[in-house]
Amino acid sequence: MKQLKAFGAFWYDFIVGDDWHVAALVVIGLVATELLTHAAKVNAWWLLPVIAAVALAWSLHRVTDFRK
Amino acid sequence: MVEAVEALTIVLATGITREWKSTFQGMAAALVVLAVITAAVGPAIGHLPLTGLRLVVGALLLIFGLQWLRKAVLRATGYKALHDEASAYLREVAAAEAATRQSRRGVSDWYSFTLAFKGVLLEGLEVVFIVITFGDNQRDIGAAVIGAAAAIIVVTITGIAVKAPLTKVPENWMKFAVGVMLTSFGTFWGAEGAGVAWPGNDAALLVLVPVVALVAAAYIFWLRSRKVAAAAPAKESEVVA
Repeated sequence: MKQLKAFGAFWYDFIVGDDWHVAALVVIGLVATELLTHAAKVNAWWLLPVIAAVALAWSLHRVTDFRK
Repeated sequence: MVEAVEALTIVLATGITREWKSTFQGMAAALVVLAVITAAVGPAIGHLPLTGLRLVVGALLLIFGLQWLRKAVLRATGYKALHDEASAYLREVAAAEAATRQSRRGVSDWYSFTLAFKGVLLEGLEVVFIVITFGDNQRDIGAAVIGAAAAIIVVTITGIAVKAPLTKVPENWMKFAVGVMLTSFGTFWGAEGAGVAWPGNDAALLVLVPVVALVAAAYIFWLRSRKVAAAAPAKESEVVA
């Protein structure tokens, strides 16, 4: 059980990294792009770059906000 | 190359302070595990449909790239300590000297073996992932493997020649550049996998890469000015006091 936990923790750390919000935003961005492209027939090539920029800014803001 | 420098730092610190034989055994065991993973995962990925592959690989590359950029921006603005290979090397040396010697499973120094194994496996895994995903997306794993192997050989030969960590490598700016490339390719492939048609097709990358670099550079200026602004009221109050 301990080894299984360590194995899971290793892959979580390897893939998700320090801030899970970034990974969550990327997944949301991809799902939204897929929905816009296939369901709404909008060629939403601009959405993922915008979400990536917002995710990075948000993550940086969270780490460096001294008012917390 | 960045991952090779980090792995080399661990191997050198362990080999010089402890024992080279066990260190090389650990390094060789890690390389065998990496080769098995590459041999198992590489061809399997090649059989997946390209659209699904690009969606998953794009998502992973984008997450990796944003994490690398985040660290590089924080280091460039002083919010996170620069990853100094010289101090990392000294920390590894101190830990290696303090650890007790223990013989296990035919390895004369188990500490050297496990440290070299973990270091090479962890750093190598990132290299394997990037090489397989980049190579497979372009359906040319050979070129990606040659590029990665060349970087590892250069770092290893230089490290053996100087017998010290490669402190002159501007690691943070290399990480920044890698972060920009991973984020750009991750965004491109991820969106393509989600069904998007990029304006200009592959030429969109020529715009995407500099835009990602500019946005990340803008964040560096933003955090620096924010740091200065946060420090300014404190200085004013000191003057008043």
